[in-house]
Amino acid sequence: MTAHAIVQPAATFALFLMCLAFFLTAYRVITGPTLPDRIVALDMLVAIAIGFLAVVAIKTGFNLYVDIAIALGLVGFLATVAFARFVLTQGMPEDEKDPMAASPRAGSRRAGERSVAQRTARRKTRGRAR
Amino acid sequence: MEILLALVVAAMLVSGGIFTFLAAVGVVRLPDVYTRMHAASKAGTVGSGLMLIAAGLYAGEFATLARAFAGFVFFILTAPVAAHLVAKAAHQAGYRLSRRTVCDEMRLPPKK
Repeated sequence: MTAHAIVQPAATFALFLMCLAFFLTAYRVITGPTLPDRIVALDMLVAIAIGFLAVVAIKTGFNLYVDIAIALGLVGFLATVAFARFVLTQGMPEDEKDPMAASPRAGSRRAGERSVAQRTARRKTRGRAR
Repeated sequence: MEILLALVVAAMLVSGGIFTFLAAVGVVRLPDVYTRMHAASKAGTVGSGLMLIAAGLYAGEFATLARAFAGFVFFILTAPVAAHLVAKAAHQAGYRLSRRTVCDEMRLPPKK
């Protein structure tokens, strides 16, 4: 019974910390300036959900939650890979200029160099127009 | 023996929670995608992995511990791959590093 009394407060404390982590990561998902920011934050949310499942498995004693955590990890990995492929094929949309790199001084210098995806996208549209 | 196991499980739970919380703080505070991914993929994986191992240890049977360990190994294998894919895709799509970045070794040559 004492083992229970030791583990239970630790599990409650871990749940509290992960609640805070969940809300911080959800904040990043909502206000993330670019799409990859949101993808990274969603990946982090999956990791936090796996932690939640493990703590709930300890608190309730249902060991089945470990299997659910494994399945969630698999799904989260596949989702992240699919999102990465999506970013790779779609390229950077025009309205997602990085606000961190955007300074008035750097504007003229940045106008000269263009990213690969934008160049290929431009090439594709030009080819279609012909 | 049972008390010792409970102490180990409690320590793993608390440290896993702290790792996860610090990863979330890093995701919120760091300046660009690449550094955020750096925080989320490493500290987040260690946090959830520690909790999985703790769940497997506290169950007290070998089957659950083996499954928890298999899940931990799976996360350790897949998290770097996913983070690398996201970062490479973002870099190729043209998402910029933060202004405080010192060196970008994958940048394209300036003129052809």
